[in-house]
Amino acid sequence: MDKKNYAEMVKRYSPNSKIFSNCLWAFFVGGTICLIGQILTTLYMKMHFTISDARLMTSVSLVGLSAIFTALGWYHKIAKRAGAGTLVPITGFANAVVSPAIEFKSEGYITGVASKMFIIAGPVIVYGTLASVIYGVIYWMSRRF
Amino acid sequence: MNYFWAFVVGGALCVIGQLLIDLTKLTPARILVLFVVSGLVLSAIGVWDKLADFAGAGATVPIMGFGHTLAQGVEEAIKQHGFVGIFTGGLTACSGGVSASLIFGFLAALITKSKSQS
Repeated sequence: MDKKNYAEMVKRYSPNSKIFSNCLWAFFVGGTICLIGQILTTLYMKMHFTISDARLMTSVSLVGLSAIFTALGWYHKIAKRAGAGTLVPITGFANAVVSPAIEFKSEGYITGVASKMFIIAGPVIVYGTLASVIYGVIYWMSRRF
Repeated sequence: MNYFWAFVVGGALCVIGQLLIDLTKLTPARILVLFVVSGLVLSAIGVWDKLADFAGAGATVPIMGFGHTLAQGVEEAIKQHGFVGIFTGGLTACSGGVSASLIFGFLAALITKSKSQS
């Protein structure tokens, strides 16, 4: 195999192997965050929270942890490698709120911190609410007939 | 066993997100919206509960759990309050997570210096 063939081979295989390693990172980091979530949920249930309250407390705890990691600049470092592993869990949503809040502090508390918090959270809340109302209408009608 | 499945299912959902990042041009905001809405749909057709039963936090911690909370909230509110539940259910149910994000976001901005995250 000469140099040119080798270069072609590298070109052919490297994007895929990059995707593969990205997925591996996403799997392990995302899985670990969910594992921490499971440990927290189990702990909260031992403290006699109901299952839904334990899940809520787990979300609140993870959001808090994510805020601390984001403020210390650690979340961004992990996210660089983990990609969707840090985006898909609820900690990613929290990061999307906390990160611009810190970044735009220089623009003030009203137009900086408070508005920029919703750059990513806004669409999630808007379309989440929209979907829930649509489902609500369907569910309400299905109960009447 | 619970812990194992939480890790595997949670990890697998993140792999789906990673494939969306690598293979499509979807931005993080779009992926989050997509996951929340699909979580709601999965919950509405009854698949999500089965997943959460054996995967626990593997299903509830990914942002799809947010969609489930919206769907479950709207169902509960309609059962209790009828028609007005359509409007109150979703946001009431997910208020905990949203409030926590906003409060912690504000506190983080309060105690840190303004800096670029990129």
